[in-house]
Amino acid sequence: MAITRNRPHPHRLRRAVVVAALAALTSTPAVAQSPTYHVGRAPTADELKKIDIEVLPDGRGLPPGSGTAAAGKAVYTQKCLTCHGPTGKEGPQENIAGGKGSLASSKPVKTVGSYWPYATTLWDYIHRAMPFDHPGTLTDEDVYAVTAYVLFLNDIVREDTVVGQSTLATIQMPNRNGFVADPRPDVPAKKAGGASPTPRR
Amino acid sequence: MQRMQPERSGAGRRSRRWFLGLGAAWSAALAACRNKPASDAASFPDARVPGAPIRAYGDRSPFEHSKRLVRTDTRVPLEEASSQTPLHDTYGIITPSSLHFERHHSGVPLIDPAAHTLTIHGLVERPLVFTVDEIKRLPSVSRIHFVECSGNSSSEWRSSGATDLQRAHGLTSCSEWTGVALSLLLKECGVKPEGTWILAEGADPGRHDRSIPMSKAIDDVLVAYGQNGEPIRPEQGYPMRLLVPGWEGNVNVKWLRRIKVLDRPAMTREETSKYTDLMPDGTARQFTFYMEAKSLITRPSSGDTLRGPGFYEVTGLAWSGRGAIEKVEVTADGGKTWTPAQLQTPILPKAHTRFRWPWQWDGTEAILASRATDETGYTQPPIASLVEVRGVNSNYHNNGIQLWKVSADGTVTNGNHA
Repeated sequence: MAITRNRPHPHRLRRAVVVAALAALTSTPAVAQSPTYHVGRAPTADELKKIDIEVLPDGRGLPPGSGTAAAGKAVYTQKCLTCHGPTGKEGPQENIAGGKGSLASSKPVKTVGSYWPYATTLWDYIHRAMPFDHPGTLTDEDVYAVTAYVLFLNDIVREDTVVGQSTLATIQMPNRNGFVADPRPDVPAKKAGGASPTPRR
Repeated sequence: MQRMQPERSGAGRRSRRWFLGLGAAWSAALAACRNKPASDAASFPDARVPGAPIRAYGDRSPFEHSKRLVRTDTRVPLEEASSQTPLHDTYGIITPSSLHFERHHSGVPLIDPAAHTLTIHGLVERPLVFTVDEIKRLPSVSRIHFVECSGNSSSEWRSSGATDLQRAHGLTSCSEWTGVALSLLLKECGVKPEGTWILAEGADPGRHDRSIPMSKAIDDVLVAYGQNGEPIRPEQGYPMRLLVPGWEGNVNVKWLRRIKVLDRPAMTREETSKYTDLMPDGTARQFTFYMEAKSLITRPSSGDTLRGPGFYEVTGLAWSGRGAIEKVEVTADGGKTWTPAQLQTPILPKAHTRFRWPWQWDGTEAILASRATDETGYTQPPIASLVEVRGVNSNYHNNGIQLWKVSADGTVTNGNHA
């Protein structure tokens, strides 16, 4: 039992002891699982199912289901369009389509089509965090359909392509090979007596 | 006699609106003071009345007004929400919890600790659910560490720049964090040999999540519930958060609810499309975890006005995600000459370190700057050197040297883009 920092009235304390003693007699004792400190308990299967939500690039974690862009358009129009615009390029919030070929330019536009390396991440993020004001309110089928629609807006799948549990991870994203490992430290400080931190123009 | 300390300028910076914020007790005390008979003043020039009564939870003096800067210029108000620490107003190395910068993606959740748990599962022998009370029963550790948002100082990549220290660099703060070593919890769960990464996930509405290599997870990462002697503030992750010393802020997952041991990174949105650093050739650096050595002069800084020539203590903060600060040098001539600053002990790894540099200002234009060297021998570079390698679109991890321009009239402005 956890240490409590409250200082209850003695009568309340006595009552608490009695309640705790009764509870210990009548309930199944919780099995402490950790080997050294004997704290924690095993999560139930239901508990894990609720929180075990991440989807990996190989498709692990995806639930059964599928959808098409054609079906996703209705969901998108209802739940996403206000923030991301009719074709994903109009805002007012983050652009999710377009930007092809812009990453090396002076004005890069990072979108699902131009930047995101994995289609699974799109499913995960929509399911996890979207719509912004009501995350957790899309069904798995809706998430597949909206995922398909956003991929369609980026010319990655056709309108009738079925995007589902077994196919999502196989979709090749245009910028799949656009990421490199961190090479830092990559910028040497100027040697003593070298150039000063001259203000940039 | 010259003023020894620079004064802040700028609208509202030292406004007198504090009066509006006074509590009833204070008002009553002041009223009592005002109501005393006029004759008292003449007969007893040193007459006094008792001060304010004791209080159950303290607040600062009503004469102090330093605040976080709440950004209102973001495109997505809650998703890009941030508030910045007034580093120019802080002393020593600890940031008051109430002024610790904020950055979160879906608002601050209200979490009842009695209903909150941490689940550790995945590639472990024993998946376990811990209550907050259980986490607090385990052997604890307290350490002082900075947390810096990878987007701190991003205004300084481009010539537009930011007007002042808080706006440019206020996304770093330093606290004493108390919690349980993550290595202890992972050991209790028994990580399987193929478990090479963890995924940490928050209980915020957007379920913010990041992957972290196992080597770091079992090194110095904490599951923290205490901040500066108190429970962690709601906006800092109450009731518990991950504290990943020296690594970019967004991996320090707040409102921590779940850790899953994986055999690879999950490639979450945050570590693919969000917190990756775009290079001029169109490739992007991924898993740019470390915050490299950096320093800033916090006083005098943009917004201060020096009241004529004379002595001024130049002071600031230095830190490195790779260890302890070895050296800080300061220049007043734009980098022609650098001399060492005095470092205030304790000099702690992956923590803000206070430095001081005595300065006799001669009243002519000066360019003040500091540069830090950490225990790996790495020295903070000029911003221009960063730009040479990384261009101006990488957005994150700008640890370049900040210049403050002191004009002959004593005004201090951002000198990066003069």
